[in-house]
Amino acid sequence: MSESHSVDFKVYLRRCIYVFIAVLCTTSLMICASYLPHYSWTVKVALILAVACVNAFIVAGFLMHLLSEKKMIYTLLGFTAFFFAGLMGLTIYAMHDMPAGTSFH
Amino acid sequence: MGTTVEQFPPYRGGDDHGHEHHAHHDPGFWRTYIFSTDHKIIGIQYGFTALCFMLFGFFLMLLMRWQIAHPGQPVPFIGPLLEQILGPTMAGKGAISPDLYNSFGAMHGTIMVFLAVVPLAFAAFGNYVVPLMIGAPDMAFPRVNMASYQAYVLGGVVMLVSFFIPGGAAQAGWTSYSPLATSIPTHGQAFWLVGMVLLITSSLLGAVNFIATIIQLRAPGMTWMRLPFFVWAQFVTAFLLLLAFPPLEAAGIMQLMDNLAHTSFFLPTGLAIGGHLAHVSGGGSPLLWQHLFWFLGHPEVYVLILPAMGIVCEILANNTRKPIWGYKSLVYSALAIGFLSFIVWAHHMYLTGMGTKIATFFQATTMIISIPSVIILTCLLISLWGGSIRFNTPMLFVLGFLPMFGIGGLTGLPLGLAPSDIYLHDTYYVIAHFHYVVAPGTIFALFAGIYYWFPKMTGRMMNEFWGRVHFWGSFVFMNVVFLPMFAQGMEGMLRRMADGGVNYSAARVPGALATLPDTIMEMHTWILWGAMALGLAQIPFIINLFWSIKHGEEAKSDNPWDSTTLEWQTPTPPPHGNFATPPRICRGPYEYSVPGHAADFTPQNEPDVPVAAPKISPAPAGH
Amino acid sequence: MEIPYAVQPRPDTGIYNAKIGIWLFLMSEVMLFGALFSAYVLLRVGAVPGEWPHGWLNVTLGTINTLVLALSAITTLLAWVACKTRQFAKFKFFHACTLLLALTFLCIKGYEYHDKWIHYEIQLTDGRIADGHLRENNPKEDYVVIEGRYVTDEKDLYDLRVQKGIQTGEIKIPRAQIKEMENYGPWHNTYLALYFTLTGLHALHILGGSIVIGYLWGPGRRMWKTDPERFTNRVEVSGLFWHFVDLVWIFLFPVLYLT
Repeated sequence: MSESHSVDFKVYLRRCIYVFIAVLCTTSLMICASYLPHYSWTVKVALILAVACVNAFIVAGFLMHLLSEKKMIYTLLGFTAFFFAGLMGLTIYAMHDMPAGTSFH
Repeated sequence: MGTTVEQFPPYRGGDDHGHEHHAHHDPGFWRTYIFSTDHKIIGIQYGFTALCFMLFGFFLMLLMRWQIAHPGQPVPFIGPLLEQILGPTMAGKGAISPDLYNSFGAMHGTIMVFLAVVPLAFAAFGNYVVPLMIGAPDMAFPRVNMASYQAYVLGGVVMLVSFFIPGGAAQAGWTSYSPLATSIPTHGQAFWLVGMVLLITSSLLGAVNFIATIIQLRAPGMTWMRLPFFVWAQFVTAFLLLLAFPPLEAAGIMQLMDNLAHTSFFLPTGLAIGGHLAHVSGGGSPLLWQHLFWFLGHPEVYVLILPAMGIVCEILANNTRKPIWGYKSLVYSALAIGFLSFIVWAHHMYLTGMGTKIATFFQATTMIISIPSVIILTCLLISLWGGSIRFNTPMLFVLGFLPMFGIGGLTGLPLGLAPSDIYLHDTYYVIAHFHYVVAPGTIFALFAGIYYWFPKMTGRMMNEFWGRVHFWGSFVFMNVVFLPMFAQGMEGMLRRMADGGVNYSAARVPGALATLPDTIMEMHTWILWGAMALGLAQIPFIINLFWSIKHGEEAKSDNPWDSTTLEWQTPTPPPHGNFATPPRICRGPYEYSVPGHAADFTPQNEPDVPVAAPKISPAPAGH
Repeated sequence: MEIPYAVQPRPDTGIYNAKIGIWLFLMSEVMLFGALFSAYVLLRVGAVPGEWPHGWLNVTLGTINTLVLALSAITTLLAWVACKTRQFAKFKFFHACTLLLALTFLCIKGYEYHDKWIHYEIQLTDGRIADGHLRENNPKEDYVVIEGRYVTDEKDLYDLRVQKGIQTGEIKIPRAQIKEMENYGPWHNTYLALYFTLTGLHALHILGGSIVIGYLWGPGRRMWKTDPERFTNRVEVSGLFWHFVDLVWIFLFPVLYLT
């Protein structure tokens, strides 16, 4: 590979240990969040998903090298993110925007 | 003319093992023609298979049109055969039963869209032409390419086999809406879903290949804005396939679970089938299927049209002997179409009880997406102006494409607007609209492409006279078949009626409000004759295609159309690896009739030569 | 002419072919799982309030699986690093760990599936519902034995989170009293349908990824001797797929187990 990576195994090993600790922490956070009393499921789901996104960011960023990837990959992923948001958002919006006097169930 | 295969090193012969040359390299019949990883062979495989499916889908349509024009009457000649093959329940006394009609309808749509037009437009032409046009030795992943073709064939086989199982093939339309798709007492729906999963896999593998190839394997000097528009069109199409198909695959898996594992992803609570409460858990949503289906379904129609626009652009530039007008507009419009096509899908669902806000959103995006489509058509039309038009067969089909696509596109507008769609939804108007875009639209472009690229594949030209017969026959009779359907739709004739609307006709129920008048019902007969004539008009094409492979007039050179694009700068047919060394690209794709150049075309890889002496230098002595 | 940029990166994009290929494929996978997640959201939000299950899955096992997969993602990365630093022995070790961790994940998943498979909801003729794990179902006998409890209202079976200290015991039910008996398969309700479909598809991806990594670890390692750079790229590309499968689980676990 012409990218002179100067890959040091020990550096990667240390990074991996940090990532694993981070995953441990985020997982515990999510579990605690799910057992919080006095909060509605909506709030809890939002909290849990936020922590999951952080977890995903750590895995994608470090283990998949996304943080040091080339612009081409970011551009491609950007499109995916947009269309994914469209699929989720528009479908859910469509199921909720109902004519006056009608309901979903 | 005349560089031969032997002058090029063997494919992947990176280091020359001197003794290991052609003698031991012959891969044999199976690896050369059946299990090939060469993009040209795979392209031809796709093309041939797709054309066979197209013929079969056409045949299904003829049977349906017979039933519509003569409901309940035995089909002439074919009837007894149908009864023998499919049994007396489906085809009793040789007549097409309503269930059989429904399965023909569902499979005609599925086969034409997923097994014929897309594989031909995207996979066949794309595989053959795109690596050549960008100066690459093959696709980025040749073995993935082979796997993609094999998945396609497997999917097609599964679809065809479903006709012969008890209960018959899928009968819930090519859209396979739940809960109908889960309630029909046949495993045909499950076969359809498995076939779709295989076809989607094939498309995904192909899409990855195309995008990686176009990004990574462009020859030196082939910048993005020097790519022929056909390559841009295939690039955008590949993105549409990559990102829009997976939600349908997910939905297909869920519907398969509904069918086989009795889940209720799409089955609502309280569903009753045949008068009894269905024994399912309920809690599902039929609308969910529709959203996921149309999330693919809409980008799919742009998959159908974009490669066709690409082919039209290439042939138009070549046969007007001038550059395309508005290359940049074409490129940006294609990108815009690709992008917008993901957020318009619910215009297929205006009648599902959506609220006004969301319906307005989709209506707005639908109207907006018509703009880049019009820009593309306008650029192509303006490109004709001032051109030195050569009226050969490919160009005739291209010229036919332009107004036909115009009609198809314009008639889509009342469907995209929610208020008018409330009336027109699910009528024959819709059928007329989309057939105009796909049949005298895309398929004309595909015919043009076959006539155009045939000399590159075989070194021979297809017969011009029979090509013209094919064109005029197809042009006239496609209009005979589809033009009346606009009128039928506006009178209220609905889609998917096995009796051709007889139960709603004025003849059956005189005096009732808003029946279908006799004039509309009589059109069925015209359409049937038109469809049969259309079928006859294809016979010269089929014979021409096969006959010309061995007996066609020899092409005058490797570049008989005097084209600028790279695929014509190779030997005929191009050998393994296409180019001996990577070509160096020096100019854009449509350098026709450039002032000062000797010929009226300059190939993309022709090196730069100064055309006028610089003003300052002294006059050359003695000349 | 060989296909360029199969191993060396193309100068203007900075990437080699297979890497673009795998990222494109992963984009399509995002849309695939995204559609399934959107189905989950839609069906859950559209469900009748109070009739969505909570606490039906074993959070401990799910957490173990999460950590197992996270560890396997790490060993996958380290296997690639070992290839980059030309330490083939380390590569063999780390990918052996990956494969073992994958097997562990699938075994735990299999156990969880089995647990649902033998969990029955039995509607009795007197209107009560017996709910528990099937212990005995001998066709020759005229009773079944479950380890579970009785409830009077089906709604009591949904939210197990709010119910503290559920007592279960062995219950013998005569067949004559059984109106209907259905196990907690995907047909039982939409939550389970989504659970089995989502985790099933995910498990298929784990299997597929394991087969590819297993191939590279086993017969495919021949390429290390002839073309180590290309082999390293293959390890990287298959590692990216594996990391994606881990990413999917990072969302699956909280969505299915914790909410």
